[in-house]
Amino acid sequence: MAMDAKQLAEMKKVYSRPECLKDTIYHFCPGCNHGNVTRMVAEAIDEFGIKGRTIGVAGVGCCVFLYNYIDVDVMEAPHGRACAVATGINRVHPEKIVFTYQGDGDLAAIGLAETVHTANRGENITVIFVNNTVYGMTGGQMAPTTLLGQKSTTSPYGREFMGDGYPIKMAEMLATLEGAAFVARVACDTPKNLMQAKKAIKKAFKMQIDKMGFSFVEVLSACPTNWGMNPLDAYKRVDREMTPYFPLGIFKERTTADYL
Amino acid sequence: MKQVLMGDHAVARAVQLARAEVISAYPITPQTLIVEELSEICARGELDARFIKVESEHSALACCMGASMAGARTFTATSSQGLLLMHEIMHWSAGARTPIVMVNVNRAIAPPWNLWSDQTDSLSQRDTSWLQFYCENNQEVLDTVIMAFRIAERIFLPVMIVLDAFILSHTSEVVDIPDRKDVDAFLPPFKPLLKLDVDEPHSFGSITGPAEYQQIKKMRHEDMMDAIRVIKETDDEFEKIFGRRHGPVSAYRCENAELVLVTTGAMSGTTRIAIDRLREKGMPVGALKIRLFRPFPAEEIASSIGGAPKIAVIDRNLSVGAGGIFAQEIKASLYGKATRPAVFGLVGGLGGGDFTPDAIEDIAKRLLGAQAPEADVIWEEL
Ligand SMILES: Cc1ncc(C[n+]2csc(CCOP(=O)(O)OP(=O)(O)O)c2C)c(N)n1
Ligand code: SF4
Repeated sequence: MAMDAKQLAEMKKVYSRPECLKDTIYHFCPGCNHGNVTRMVAEAIDEFGIKGRTIGVAGVGCCVFLYNYIDVDVMEAPHGRACAVATGINRVHPEKIVFTYQGDGDLAAIGLAETVHTANRGENITVIFVNNTVYGMTGGQMAPTTLLGQKSTTSPYGREFMGDGYPIKMAEMLATLEGAAFVARVACDTPKNLMQAKKAIKKAFKMQIDKMGFSFVEVLSACPTNWGMNPLDAYKRVDREMTPYFPLGIFKERTTADYL
Repeated sequence: MKQVLMGDHAVARAVQLARAEVISAYPITPQTLIVEELSEICARGELDARFIKVESEHSALACCMGASMAGARTFTATSSQGLLLMHEIMHWSAGARTPIVMVNVNRAIAPPWNLWSDQTDSLSQRDTSWLQFYCENNQEVLDTVIMAFRIAERIFLPVMIVLDAFILSHTSEVVDIPDRKDVDAFLPPFKPLLKLDVDEPHSFGSITGPAEYQQIKKMRHEDMMDAIRVIKETDDEFEKIFGRRHGPVSAYRCENAELVLVTTGAMSGTTRIAIDRLREKGMPVGALKIRLFRPFPAEEIASSIGGAPKIAVIDRNLSVGAGGIFAQEIKASLYGKATRPAVFGLVGGLGGGDFTPDAIEDIAKRLLGAQAPEADVIWEEL
């Protein structure tokens, strides 16, 4: 049913591309939640009006093209080193807003040490952590977050705790550290969860703007390609398999900066 | 049995045939096919190995070192950034005299990111006391991995086998896969010289003063130099059983050559095609493939060049501030010789540029007419 000019003129624009999300086509696979997370970060930057003073640090993984999508300065870090690189940037430019965007191989495997120490030092940065239970970019190998029994290209008969250990719960782990100011886990599988996710990401940036210290948001995400699922089944898996093991919620929220 | 295999899968088959007991690795493109295939092989029970998935390459090699000290035959594989992260443990594992075998798929170093072939990753490890072999095709990859275990376990130094990203790692070729019983005959079970053993307690890696330290380094150097002999013997024994040998270097149509093209890795086969074409046209050119980089086969290189007045070393690698790494090493090794050729140091194909037969033919034609190199580094735009 075609609209006439009057109807068109009366329509209100309620949803548009965030200003700092570039008008390019994502390289992500269909149904991949990296697209949602990237967008939510861009929205948060717009909403706080911090585009001119935000610096992103991209991990190595499917997020590696972050500089193509978010219209802020982005520095690529070597695999796993994003938190250390971000610390360096932030110490030189404490007035800038510095965030990292990392996957679970990048942050929870090879980069675990610097992530933990960055949180422990209470560096005033924001970490966006995409947990999709596999190394996505390299083709679906077992990650530290891979669920028990989950098949991957390096655990063809499913992950076993004997030998492979248990899926690592980053949010819970970081919440134990004094230096962490805000730690939350969210998911992208339903509109409601997406709204919660957006709130948490915004909150994390707000903590940094208010100089509260280290803020961390773990986002449970689907990797339909490496899970061998269509996007809808992949979102169902997030709900059925991931959230029971990786509960959603806020694990830590400081109300005053710890040096106050 | 002949099979069509990608280079990475040839590695996995070789490791299976060699009956590695501990494999530890972290994924990185274009090595991933090796570890994926090995984890499948282990999971199917076709190789009785512990496959240890760790959180980084640094830990992967450290894990192999522990396993080797505990008496197991160990293997790891990596590429580029992963190899660079292993650097500390490369020195350590060689110093600990652990005969680990590693495959490195040559890939360019970031930044900028690039997934394609470039030898700077492995050549940057030249001072770590690891042996290094550069392979030309997937058959050589499979054979060299099997030989590597035998060499490593004879001289108690670790061995790295290198293959070009994608050009070999992901390209299918016909590979003759040896029989299991023949490989068992060629490669007996690993017998550690020293190992962690409660019945015979030792401690490893203690502190030494300058005198002992230098003595230990000297021994390691001498053992590394002696490895050339062991490598040749291993080649002889391999040939007896499998009918193939690969040699530290191999010369092709170098007789009466005015110009010898010196290459490594996958471009060596391409170079021979170019040489055949040029020889047909009556041009006096030959080729020399270098398979072994550490220990450096200086004598073998000098004698293979023969009396050629000019050689052109084609380096798919770069030591920034110095030039192509094979060219540097060859120049240094020829310096003391009474007659030595003019050495043209060519650098090209960094980050994956393709050396086609035409490109190599052009290089040869150009240099046949040249008197002396116009610069230390001659850049080849492909
Ligand atoms: C030192 C080093 N080792 C390995 C790699 C290869 N590598 C690139 S991305 C990646 C894993 C990516 O997985 P993840 O962080 O979970 O992100 P995703 O792609 O799933 O979003 C690996 C292992 C590398 N680039 N550097
Ligand atoms: S591989 Fe997985 S994480 Fe990467 S873009 Fe595709 S769906 Fe997303």
